[in-house]
Amino acid sequence: MGTEMTKGSDHGSGHWMLMQYTSAGALITCAYLVISFLLLPDLGYATLTGWLGGLGPSFAVGLLIVAVFWHARLGLQVLVEDYVADPGRRFAAVLALNLAAFAGGAFGILCLIRIGTGAA
Amino acid sequence: MATRPLSPHLTIWKWGPAMLVSILHRVSGDGLAFVGLPVLLWWLGALASGPEAYATFAGWMWADLGALEWSGAAILTSALLVVLKLVTIGLSWAFFNHLCSGLRHFVMDAGAGYELDTNKRWSIMTTAGGIVLTAAFWAVLVLL
Repeated sequence: MGTEMTKGSDHGSGHWMLMQYTSAGALITCAYLVISFLLLPDLGYATLTGWLGGLGPSFAVGLLIVAVFWHARLGLQVLVEDYVADPGRRFAAVLALNLAAFAGGAFGILCLIRIGTGAA
Repeated sequence: MATRPLSPHLTIWKWGPAMLVSILHRVSGDGLAFVGLPVLLWWLGALASGPEAYATFAGWMWADLGALEWSGAAILTSALLVVLKLVTIGLSWAFFNHLCSGLRHFVMDAGAGYELDTNKRWSIMTTAGGIVLTAAFWAVLVLL
Protein backbone atom coordinates (compact mmCIF):
# COMPACT_ATOMS: atom_id res chain seq x y z
CA MET A 1 0.00 0.00 0.00
CA GLY A 2 2.86 2.45 -0.65
CA THR A 3 4.05 3.68 2.71
CA GLU A 4 3.25 6.55 5.01
CA MET A 5 6.85 7.59 5.56
CA THR A 6 7.97 8.07 1.95
CA LYS A 7 6.48 8.87 -1.42
CA GLY A 8 4.61 6.28 -3.45
CA SER A 9 6.91 7.10 -6.36
CA ASP A 10 9.87 5.91 -4.24
CA HIS A 11 8.49 2.39 -4.25
CA GLY A 12 8.89 1.30 -7.83
CA SER A 13 5.77 -0.08 -9.39
CA GLY A 14 3.93 -1.01 -6.17
CA HIS A 15 1.70 2.08 -5.94
CA TRP A 16 1.13 2.05 -9.70
CA MET A 17 0.13 -1.64 -9.80
CA LEU A 18 -2.34 -1.15 -6.92
CA MET A 19 -3.80 1.79 -8.86
CA GLN A 20 -4.45 -0.61 -11.77
CA TYR A 21 -6.01 -3.31 -9.56
CA THR A 22 -8.25 -0.95 -7.61
CA SER A 23 -9.35 0.92 -10.74
CA ALA A 24 -10.34 -2.37 -12.38
CA GLY A 25 -12.29 -3.33 -9.25
CA ALA A 26 -13.95 0.09 -9.08
CA LEU A 27 -14.78 -0.08 -12.79
CA ILE A 28 -16.59 -3.42 -12.49
CA THR A 29 -18.46 -2.69 -9.25
CA CYS A 30 -19.41 0.89 -10.23
CA ALA A 31 -20.71 -0.36 -13.58
CA TYR A 32 -22.87 -2.81 -11.60
CA LEU A 33 -24.20 0.02 -9.39
CA VAL A 34 -24.93 2.39 -12.30
CA ILE A 35 -26.74 -0.31 -14.28
CA SER A 36 -28.69 -1.29 -11.16
CA PHE A 37 -29.78 2.35 -10.69
CA LEU A 38 -31.09 2.32 -14.27
CA LEU A 39 -32.87 -1.04 -13.95
CA LEU A 40 -34.51 -0.57 -10.53
CA PRO A 41 -38.15 0.57 -10.79
CA ASP A 42 -37.45 3.60 -8.57
CA LEU A 43 -34.80 4.83 -6.12
CA GLY A 44 -37.07 5.10 -3.08
CA TYR A 45 -36.31 3.81 0.41
CA ALA A 46 -38.31 0.56 0.19
CA THR A 47 -36.93 -0.39 -3.22
CA LEU A 48 -33.31 0.36 -2.33
CA THR A 49 -33.30 -1.34 1.08
CA GLY A 50 -35.06 -4.37 -0.39
CA TRP A 51 -32.49 -4.52 -3.18
CA LEU A 52 -29.43 -3.92 -0.93
CA GLY A 53 -30.78 -6.48 1.55
CA GLY A 54 -30.14 -9.19 -1.03
CA LEU A 55 -26.89 -11.13 -0.72
CA GLY A 56 -25.67 -10.45 -4.28
CA PRO A 57 -26.16 -6.65 -4.34
CA SER A 58 -24.86 -6.38 -0.75
CA PHE A 59 -21.71 -8.31 -1.73
CA ALA A 60 -21.19 -6.22 -4.89
CA VAL A 61 -21.62 -2.88 -3.11
CA GLY A 62 -19.34 -4.15 -0.32
CA LEU A 63 -16.64 -4.82 -2.91
CA LEU A 64 -17.37 -1.38 -4.43
CA ILE A 65 -16.71 0.28 -1.07
CA VAL A 66 -13.38 -1.53 -0.66
CA ALA A 67 -12.33 -0.70 -4.24
CA VAL A 68 -13.31 2.98 -4.29
CA PHE A 69 -11.96 3.86 -0.83
CA TRP A 70 -8.67 2.09 -1.56
CA HIS A 71 -8.50 3.76 -4.99
CA ALA A 72 -9.28 7.19 -3.48
CA ARG A 73 -6.62 6.65 -0.81
CA LEU A 74 -4.02 5.98 -3.53
CA GLY A 75 -5.20 8.88 -5.70
CA LEU A 76 -5.23 11.43 -2.88
CA GLN A 77 -1.76 10.22 -1.84
CA VAL A 78 -0.54 11.40 -5.26
CA LEU A 79 -2.30 14.73 -4.70
CA VAL A 80 -0.60 15.16 -1.32
CA GLU A 81 2.81 14.23 -2.73
CA ASP A 82 2.42 16.71 -5.59
CA TYR A 83 1.38 19.69 -3.49
CA VAL A 84 2.70 19.14 0.06
CA ALA A 85 6.48 19.55 -0.07
CA ASP A 86 7.34 19.63 3.65
CA PRO A 87 8.02 16.05 4.88
CA GLY A 88 6.34 16.60 8.26
CA ARG A 89 3.19 18.07 6.75
CA ARG A 90 3.18 15.35 4.10
CA PHE A 91 3.37 12.66 6.77
CA ALA A 92 0.50 14.26 8.68
CA ALA A 93 -1.61 14.55 5.51
CA VAL A 94 -1.03 10.93 4.46
CA LEU A 95 -1.70 9.76 8.03
CA ALA A 96 -5.03 11.62 8.08
CA LEU A 97 -5.80 10.25 4.62
CA ASN A 98 -5.21 6.65 5.76
CA LEU A 99 -7.39 7.07 8.85
CA ALA A 100 -10.20 8.73 6.86
CA ALA A 101 -10.13 6.15 4.06
CA PHE A 102 -10.19 3.20 6.46
CA ALA A 103 -12.90 4.75 8.66
CA GLY A 104 -15.02 5.66 5.62
CA GLY A 105 -14.81 2.17 4.16
CA ALA A 106 -15.57 0.55 7.51
CA PHE A 107 -18.64 2.79 7.98
CA GLY A 108 -19.92 1.87 4.51
CA ILE A 109 -19.59 -1.87 5.21
CA LEU A 110 -21.30 -1.45 8.60
CA CYS A 111 -24.22 0.31 6.88
CA LEU A 112 -24.54 -2.61 4.43
CA ILE A 113 -24.66 -5.10 7.29
CA ARG A 114 -27.35 -3.08 9.09
CA ILE A 115 -29.42 -2.79 5.90
CA GLY A 116 -29.01 -6.53 5.28
CA THR A 117 -30.01 -7.56 8.78
CA GLY A 118 -32.91 -5.11 8.92
CA ALA A 119 -31.41 -3.38 11.97
CA ALA A 120 -32.82 -0.07 10.71
CA MET B 1 15.63 38.36 -25.91
CA ALA B 2 17.25 35.70 -28.08
CA THR B 3 15.96 35.48 -31.63
CA ARG B 4 16.92 31.80 -31.89
CA PRO B 5 14.24 29.17 -31.07
CA LEU B 6 13.90 28.60 -27.32
CA SER B 7 13.28 25.29 -25.61
CA PRO B 8 9.77 24.76 -24.28
CA HIS B 9 9.58 26.12 -20.76
CA LEU B 10 7.10 26.48 -17.90
CA THR B 11 5.90 29.82 -19.27
CA ILE B 12 5.75 28.75 -22.92
CA TRP B 13 2.78 26.51 -23.57
CA LYS B 14 -0.76 26.53 -24.87
CA TRP B 15 -3.83 24.47 -24.08
CA GLY B 16 -4.38 21.19 -25.90
CA PRO B 17 -6.87 18.33 -25.54
CA ALA B 18 -4.34 16.07 -23.77
CA MET B 19 -3.72 18.73 -21.09
CA LEU B 20 -7.45 19.12 -20.60
CA VAL B 21 -7.95 15.35 -20.11
CA SER B 22 -5.08 15.28 -17.63
CA ILE B 23 -6.35 18.06 -15.39
CA LEU B 24 -9.98 16.90 -15.65
CA HIS B 25 -8.87 13.41 -14.55
CA ARG B 26 -7.42 14.95 -11.39
CA VAL B 27 -10.32 17.35 -10.84
CA SER B 28 -12.99 14.66 -11.30
CA GLY B 29 -11.06 12.08 -9.26
CA ASP B 30 -10.45 14.42 -6.34
CA GLY B 31 -14.03 15.67 -6.57
CA LEU B 32 -15.28 12.11 -6.32
CA ALA B 33 -12.99 11.48 -3.33
CA PHE B 34 -13.77 14.67 -1.39
CA VAL B 35 -17.47 15.05 -2.26
CA GLY B 36 -18.62 11.79 -3.87
CA LEU B 37 -17.48 9.44 -1.11
CA PRO B 38 -19.08 11.49 1.72
CA VAL B 39 -22.33 11.58 -0.29
CA LEU B 40 -22.06 7.80 -0.87
CA LEU B 41 -21.67 7.26 2.89
CA TRP B 42 -24.56 9.64 3.66
CA TRP B 43 -26.70 7.65 1.19
CA LEU B 44 -25.77 4.29 2.78
CA GLY B 45 -26.05 5.71 6.32
CA ALA B 46 -29.51 7.08 5.56
CA LEU B 47 -30.62 3.74 4.09
CA ALA B 48 -29.33 2.01 7.24
CA SER B 49 -31.11 4.49 9.53
CA GLY B 50 -34.69 4.29 8.24
CA PRO B 51 -37.22 5.98 5.96
CA GLU B 52 -37.09 9.40 7.67
CA ALA B 53 -33.30 9.61 7.40
CA TYR B 54 -33.51 8.62 3.74
CA ALA B 55 -36.18 11.27 3.10
CA THR B 56 -33.83 13.85 4.67
CA PHE B 57 -30.96 12.72 2.43
CA ALA B 58 -33.09 12.73 -0.73
CA GLY B 59 -34.66 16.08 0.26
CA TRP B 60 -31.23 17.76 0.40
CA MET B 61 -29.44 16.09 -2.51
CA TRP B 62 -32.40 15.79 -4.93
CA ALA B 63 -34.94 18.47 -4.00
CA ASP B 64 -38.17 19.02 -5.90
CA LEU B 65 -37.26 22.33 -7.55
CA GLY B 66 -40.91 23.11 -8.32
CA ALA B 67 -41.78 23.18 -4.61
CA LEU B 68 -39.10 25.70 -3.57
CA GLU B 69 -40.03 29.02 -1.96
CA TRP B 70 -38.32 32.17 -3.19
CA SER B 71 -39.27 34.71 -0.51
CA GLY B 72 -37.72 35.84 2.78
CA ALA B 73 -35.16 33.66 4.53
CA ALA B 74 -36.30 30.63 2.50
CA ILE B 75 -34.33 32.02 -0.46
CA LEU B 76 -31.05 30.88 1.15
CA THR B 77 -32.30 27.33 1.69
CA SER B 78 -33.77 27.19 -1.81
CA ALA B 79 -30.50 28.40 -3.34
CA LEU B 80 -28.59 25.74 -1.39
CA LEU B 81 -30.98 23.04 -2.61
CA VAL B 82 -30.45 24.12 -6.23
CA VAL B 83 -26.67 24.01 -5.70
CA LEU B 84 -26.87 20.54 -4.12
CA LYS B 85 -28.90 19.24 -7.04
CA LEU B 86 -26.18 20.57 -9.37
CA VAL B 87 -23.60 18.85 -7.11
CA THR B 88 -25.43 15.53 -7.54
CA ILE B 89 -25.46 15.93 -11.32
CA GLY B 90 -21.85 17.13 -11.20
CA LEU B 91 -20.83 14.00 -9.30
CA SER B 92 -22.35 11.84 -12.05
CA TRP B 93 -20.27 13.80 -14.61
CA ALA B 94 -17.16 13.41 -12.43
CA PHE B 95 -17.75 9.65 -12.33
CA PHE B 96 -18.23 9.22 -16.08
CA ASN B 97 -15.38 11.63 -16.91
CA HIS B 98 -12.99 9.83 -14.55
CA LEU B 99 -14.14 6.50 -15.98
CA CYS B 100 -13.35 7.57 -19.57
CA SER B 101 -10.01 9.21 -18.76
CA GLY B 102 -9.14 6.22 -16.56
CA LEU B 103 -9.74 3.88 -19.50
CA ARG B 104 -7.43 6.15 -21.53
CA HIS B 105 -4.80 5.64 -18.82
CA PHE B 106 -5.18 1.85 -19.18
CA VAL B 107 -4.49 2.11 -22.92
CA MET B 108 -1.55 4.50 -22.54
CA ASP B 109 -0.05 2.46 -19.67
CA ALA B 110 -0.01 -0.45 -22.13
CA GLY B 111 2.20 1.73 -24.35
CA ALA B 112 -0.38 2.59 -27.02
CA GLY B 113 -1.79 5.86 -28.32
CA TYR B 114 1.26 8.14 -28.08
CA GLU B 115 1.30 9.24 -31.74
CA LEU B 116 0.43 12.97 -31.78
CA ASP B 117 -2.68 12.75 -33.97
CA THR B 118 -3.98 9.58 -32.24
CA ASN B 119 -3.34 11.10 -28.83
CA LYS B 120 -5.17 14.31 -29.73
CA ARG B 121 -8.14 12.43 -31.24
CA TRP B 122 -8.61 10.16 -28.20
CA SER B 123 -8.16 13.07 -25.81
CA ILE B 124 -11.13 14.78 -27.45
CA MET B 125 -13.11 11.50 -27.54
CA THR B 126 -12.40 10.92 -23.82
CA THR B 127 -13.64 14.35 -22.74
CA ALA B 128 -16.70 14.14 -24.99
CA GLY B 129 -17.37 10.58 -23.79
CA GLY B 130 -17.71 11.71 -20.17
CA ILE B 131 -20.32 14.32 -21.13
CA VAL B 132 -22.23 11.96 -23.46
CA LEU B 133 -22.38 9.16 -20.85
CA THR B 134 -23.59 11.62 -18.20
CA ALA B 135 -26.37 12.87 -20.49
CA ALA B 136 -27.31 9.31 -21.48
CA PHE B 137 -27.43 8.17 -17.82
CA TRP B 138 -29.85 10.93 -16.79
CA ALA B 139 -31.91 10.55 -19.94
CA VAL B 140 -32.44 6.82 -19.24
CA LEU B 141 -32.99 7.37 -15.50
CA VAL B 142 -35.54 10.20 -15.89
CA LEU B 143 -37.24 9.39 -19.17
CA LEU B 144 -37.44 5.57 -19.26
